[in-house]
Amino acid sequence: MNLPLALLNGVDPWIFGCSFLTVAVTLWMGFRSAKTSKTASDFFVAGRSVSVGWNASAISGEYLSAASFMGVAGMVMSSGYDALWYPVCYACGYLFLLLFIAGPLRRFGAYTIPDFAEGRFDSPLFRKIAVCFVLFIGFFYTMPQMKGAGVTLAYIFPGLPYWVGVVLVGAVITFNVALGGMKGITLVQAVQYWIKMFAISVPVFVLMAVVGFYNTQIGANLAPGETAAPVSSVERKPLVEKAPKDTAWIAPFGPLTTKAVTAAANALPAEQRPAFLAEHQKPYSLLYTYSLIIALVCGTAGLPHILVRFYTNPDGVAAKKTTMWVMILIGVFYVFPPVFGVIGRNLLPELYSGVGAKGTDKIVLELPTLISAKYGVVGSILSGITCAGAFAAFMSTFSGLLVSMTGALAHDVYGRMLRPKSQPAERMLAFKVAAVLIGGVAVALGCFVEPLEINFMVGQAFAIAAASYFPLLFMSVWWRGMTMKGAATGMLTGGLCALGAAALTNLGTLALDKGPMGKIFAGFAPLNGFWAQHPLLRILCEQPAIWTVPLAIGLMIVVSKATSAQVPADIRMKMLVLHAPEKLGLKQEYIQEHQAGAGH
Amino acid sequence: MSSPTPAHDNVVHSEPFLRSLMRRQLSLSIACAATFLLALLGMPLLNYFAPAFMATRVAGFTLSWLILGILFFPFVWIISYVFIKRSLRLEEDEVNEARR
Repeated sequence: MNLPLALLNGVDPWIFGCSFLTVAVTLWMGFRSAKTSKTASDFFVAGRSVSVGWNASAISGEYLSAASFMGVAGMVMSSGYDALWYPVCYACGYLFLLLFIAGPLRRFGAYTIPDFAEGRFDSPLFRKIAVCFVLFIGFFYTMPQMKGAGVTLAYIFPGLPYWVGVVLVGAVITFNVALGGMKGITLVQAVQYWIKMFAISVPVFVLMAVVGFYNTQIGANLAPGETAAPVSSVERKPLVEKAPKDTAWIAPFGPLTTKAVTAAANALPAEQRPAFLAEHQKPYSLLYTYSLIIALVCGTAGLPHILVRFYTNPDGVAAKKTTMWVMILIGVFYVFPPVFGVIGRNLLPELYSGVGAKGTDKIVLELPTLISAKYGVVGSILSGITCAGAFAAFMSTFSGLLVSMTGALAHDVYGRMLRPKSQPAERMLAFKVAAVLIGGVAVALGCFVEPLEINFMVGQAFAIAAASYFPLLFMSVWWRGMTMKGAATGMLTGGLCALGAAALTNLGTLALDKGPMGKIFAGFAPLNGFWAQHPLLRILCEQPAIWTVPLAIGLMIVVSKATSAQVPADIRMKMLVLHAPEKLGLKQEYIQEHQAGAGH
Repeated sequence: MSSPTPAHDNVVHSEPFLRSLMRRQLSLSIACAATFLLALLGMPLLNYFAPAFMATRVAGFTLSWLILGILFFPFVWIISYVFIKRSLRLEEDEVNEARR
């Protein structure tokens, strides 16, 4: 048994080299900045001294995860037009953050969402409730990052099992976070954005120059109502059986949004199918589309690991400018991943028959090797570059999530609930222990999700954020009648409903898997039979935002009205701090103990 | 929370000031959000009721692919640029009003 050598069998040195370099640079930056970040405040929000340009790059770097880098391309390839809602809403969700939340939240002067929750309602109890969702959303978000890691390592080392990649990458990042903290992460994240931008755009341009541009590649697909595709110069490979037909792929309401109705139709006798499809297919997929849009747009405005970065802006004006730049940086990025999906459909359709780590989620990594036949080593180099980008993607998002989840556990659970009188040195140790603990759980969860699509899982994390933190922030900032009980009821009910729906959907999908996961989750197979009878319930479970977000907001209003005597007494002052321009000098730091502790 | 009230600017702490502050900022935000939502939520409706029109080819793209895959991003940048300009101007006005 010579395992190390067997692993290196079939490894392309260029691909390996580029990926290794990215990991090494990331680790080196982490360790280097670990030396300069000493105080607890440095760890939590980087001492609040980050410029707009750095901060915007860092937020974008943290935000562009494995879902954006690999998942969007994979989903555009597998589902076509409907998958475009993901990149569009990922980018445009920032507008909601900018319009309603970014400025006021920064003015309020709290470190994290739990800080805000406590300060706005003067309730330490509510902080404890709010902290839970940092962990809920965080774990849902880390699962797809772990799948990205497993897929990428399985691509670089063809002999490596999926779970080894997950464990390896998870361990490396966890140690990096435990030793570097957020100060390191800000610099690392900003650099990672530019690595990702380079890694997605350069291969796209080279590929398009060789095989034909974005528009000609789309033009090679037949649209509904056409007898021939407008472009015939693209040499397409024949589609495999599992691939969706051209007309379904290129048009709205395709395989992604009609999946539930199609499954229901297949359960019916053949003669009833056409009538059933005609009646239900389009209306249900319209519902699916709207629910998806609500989840992604509202969810972006409620992601804990993104919101925590707004506190690193010096003031509310900088917070707004940062958001604007983030939208530009990520908007430009999101034009590229769908191009991989489109070219992949035409030139690499064999991925449609792959499952798990060998499926469409790896299109970004594999597509560049197509030009190896013509240009030799250039294909390998480009594939190495996209692998480096993929590493940057899941490493940066995973470390960002780890920092905010660890922060919640160390800063809230340990520092405020368990040991309020702990010394700074003890808190630093708690931070490290918490990082290892959370990293371990994330890796364990990541090992189970190979059959699920990366992008879909990230969408679920957004749906949970949309039904919990978004209503909390939006309503607390703009409605002074909100009470703690109203906020807590709405956030808990909406958030837990979304969480339960997402978990059920995943368990049902895992039960369908033909590999080992199908055996583990076989007990949930009857769920799919139930959904085949009730496709509407399936859609409401798969995309819960359309009912959970109104439910959360509605409960907040009703319960707050019922308990209106408990509106905080100094609510006018709080509202003034949230909304008055900072030049009036009303700004006050809500959390003062940590600043004192950090020696400001 | 203690209120660090300088004795001279009672305007800032008055109820009408807070009301006008929140109303002006919220109406700006809602106007921008409405423009955005009209386009975002209108797209699926166009796809639903005018599928043939949205499948029109524009340089190889279908119209709905071109809008969603490319044109939507600059559209949102424009909205956010306008919002930031106006909201900063609004803040200037509020500061002047309070200090008068």
